[in-house]
Amino acid sequence: MDFFTFVQLGDASVRMAIPLLLACLAGLFSERAGIFDIGLEGKMLAAAFLAAAVSFTTGSVWVGLLAGIAISVTLSLIHGIASITFRGNQLISGVAINFFAAGLTVVIAQGWFAQGGRTPSLPRDARFGSVDFPGALTRVRDKMQASPGMQFYSEFISGHSILVYLGLLTVPLSWWILYRTRFGLRLRAVGEAPEAVDTAGISVVRLRFSAVIIAGILCGIAGAYLSTAVQAGFTKDMTANRGFIALAALIFAKWRPWYALGACLLFGLFFAIDNRFQNIQLQVIWIMVLLIGVSVLMTSWAARKEKIDLWVLGGLSAVLTLVALLAWRGAVTDEIGAMAALFETVKVPSQLIQSLPYLFVVIVLAGFVGKAIPPRAGGQPYVKER
Amino acid sequence: MNDIAPAIELKGISKAFGPVQANKDISIRVMPGTIHGIIGENGAGKSTLMSILYGFYKADAGEVFISGVKTEIPDSQAAISAGIGMVFQHFKLVKNFSVLENVVLGAEDGALLKPSLRKARKQLTALSEEYELNVDPDAVIEDIGVGMQQRVEILKALYRQADILILDEPTGVLTPAEADQLFRILGRLKEEGKTIILITHKLREIMDITDTVSVMRRGEMTSTVKTSETNPADLAERMVGRKVLLRVDKVPAQPKDVVLDVRNLNVTDDKGVHRVKDVSFNIRAGEILGIAGVSGNGQSELLEVLGGYEKATGEIYLNGDQLDLTGDKSDGQSRRARGIAHVPEDRQQEGLIMDFAAWENTAFGYHHDPRYQRNRFIMDNAAILKDTQEKMDRFDVRPPNPMLAAKNFSGGNQQKIVVAREIERNPDVLLVGQPTRGVDIGAIEFIHQQIVALRDAGKAILLVSVELEEIMGLSDRIAVMFDGQIMGERMPDETDEKELGLLMAGMTNGEAA
Repeated sequence: MDFFTFVQLGDASVRMAIPLLLACLAGLFSERAGIFDIGLEGKMLAAAFLAAAVSFTTGSVWVGLLAGIAISVTLSLIHGIASITFRGNQLISGVAINFFAAGLTVVIAQGWFAQGGRTPSLPRDARFGSVDFPGALTRVRDKMQASPGMQFYSEFISGHSILVYLGLLTVPLSWWILYRTRFGLRLRAVGEAPEAVDTAGISVVRLRFSAVIIAGILCGIAGAYLSTAVQAGFTKDMTANRGFIALAALIFAKWRPWYALGACLLFGLFFAIDNRFQNIQLQVIWIMVLLIGVSVLMTSWAARKEKIDLWVLGGLSAVLTLVALLAWRGAVTDEIGAMAALFETVKVPSQLIQSLPYLFVVIVLAGFVGKAIPPRAGGQPYVKER
Repeated sequence: MNDIAPAIELKGISKAFGPVQANKDISIRVMPGTIHGIIGENGAGKSTLMSILYGFYKADAGEVFISGVKTEIPDSQAAISAGIGMVFQHFKLVKNFSVLENVVLGAEDGALLKPSLRKARKQLTALSEEYELNVDPDAVIEDIGVGMQQRVEILKALYRQADILILDEPTGVLTPAEADQLFRILGRLKEEGKTIILITHKLREIMDITDTVSVMRRGEMTSTVKTSETNPADLAERMVGRKVLLRVDKVPAQPKDVVLDVRNLNVTDDKGVHRVKDVSFNIRAGEILGIAGVSGNGQSELLEVLGGYEKATGEIYLNGDQLDLTGDKSDGQSRRARGIAHVPEDRQQEGLIMDFAAWENTAFGYHHDPRYQRNRFIMDNAAILKDTQEKMDRFDVRPPNPMLAAKNFSGGNQQKIVVAREIERNPDVLLVGQPTRGVDIGAIEFIHQQIVALRDAGKAILLVSVELEEIMGLSDRIAVMFDGQIMGERMPDETDEKELGLLMAGMTNGEAA
């Protein structure tokens, strides 16, 4: 692999990380205020659809973005009314939003465009194009021949959609809001001890609604990015569970903006690897060493910590070991024996690589990354005593 | 005095929660620069009244005057603007915030934090010095003790320039030394001209520091008197509505055979800390053994082992038969089956399931009782309900409604439900932990009488309490625990609080002398 491949991988990681990052920060604002938001996925999906549909119809991607944000905020408000005003169960409300969005986007898309539940392919003007920095090379052939510094500048720094830069900016912005403003102090307080906020004479309801609206805006941008910048149009279930991966990243990030950036870039890298290396050739023995090695590490770690997660990680290890053995078994043919098969070069199944980010989610959630303490009042509707 | 407007005047305040009338037509005047006590049993409506004054609840009827001016208090913000500060019984602090952030929260100067924090730090230091509060502005709440947390609450009120400070049961969570410090601070505040309202059910505090005292009973304000013109017995009678015995009345014990014999008990907890060290003692039939000690010196673990939910090494004999300390037969179910009943220290965590109804709570631990079964598979809820109703009547649980969730009873009545469940089983041994923690006077008297009655019926009783007064009043023999060990045994009439206090601090007589 040459340097340019690495640059390309980094570039792709960032692009894949942006929707995760925006969704993750959406979850961060919401959960920091004490409202669990499992409906990130649904809000993104609804925003992806409406942004694409409106962009196509009006021809303006910015109007599309606004439409995406509008529908996402509307869903956020529904979540807010259910869980803040009526003190309903936040998980159920979120799940309802996910189902609602998954079904309705396809139905409306079919009714609107009659193209099998998708929007038509967006023309160039109705998409977010790439922003090219001064002096940056745009053609792949030119880049490949340029110096490493130029490659880095042209491929990694320059040439992203405006939403990518916007998304990256939200990280310091979120940090600044959370830790340097009055609003941030109150927001963090209301997720930890709403009664303290209430007795200090601040409205818990208003604060929490502000938080879910911010979450709605961020999810709206994330969804619009998927359908108008990464892809050229909406397809069924195009968010591909990114909303849930964002929640895992949020835990991994311990509800902090900068950590969220790191976590999302890591997940983005997995997606990028998956996209780029559909065709990895490896000797069977290396596949086995890798998989079994990871299994042994995970299981021994879980066993040493005497955690209940031993069952989760142990089970996962068993599956990985099984995959390794199957890979070996698959390489054995009549011509070569079991030992020789170990050194056979085979194509790593793309499904295995595709499963990497999800595998990582399981490991993260099983507590592999240390203790993450969620906001104390998270998930509980605020009721004055009695 | 008459030409000065009262700092606070309430006229005809009423408040109902559903069918429960928490406050009935309450009127009260508090003069500026005084400490006014409000005393009453749990559930008498004291906290409700103060929550109304702080804008936490809305009154159904009545008027509030602050310094002679009629004031509407629709929310806490209005109360704060009117110069009222409140220190709740359960602190309203953000646990992972610093002291500074907690004080600033809600009283920021602008949209950006930095200037507010800088100003607050300066003022906080000044206030902290002025009133000797001794609070570090950068300490994180979860790292500091309850005493300091409470001082942070006071600082919060002072930072908001409160002239009127309401404290709801402030000493419930404090050690005696911390309580004394609090009272000194309150004295300073009074000298500065602040008005203080102190809500409590402890008579000693009222007598010690208040100028005037109002007594509440069942939602009504029954009387207001000058503290100098009353005494504890008089106040207790006004609170409960009848004469109350402030000390336990009992005949000398008639101990018989040894029932419970504990030998060389050792407990090591999950973290590997040696909690109980080589403890041996016995209890005879018809005798109360009191275990004194500052909380956290192994008493809880001792109770847990005997009650069957902590593992241990050593030997325990019940009527001569050895009990299992590990394995299947060492659980609470088996202990109860063998006649060891247990009133746990923390009734809300261990004694009751707060969201379950009283009748369900009454069956816990005894759900295998044949009387509670209709057949092999189905429980006879009607029988449990009837049994609960009878117990509630006998123990005077109020309200006597078995369908009500445990959390809706006051602390004293919750404790009565637990005590009724355990005592009515006629056990050979009764383990009681902190029987009167957070329980009002009337209920304390009743629970003490029940424990003594069980002793007189020839049962063995192990009493663990951090209240020395309770230990001295109830026990026939006193053992003092310190750092997991029993420091010594004394007879109550041959010792005093001073000697026990020294033992509780880990000093034996030789060292003390």
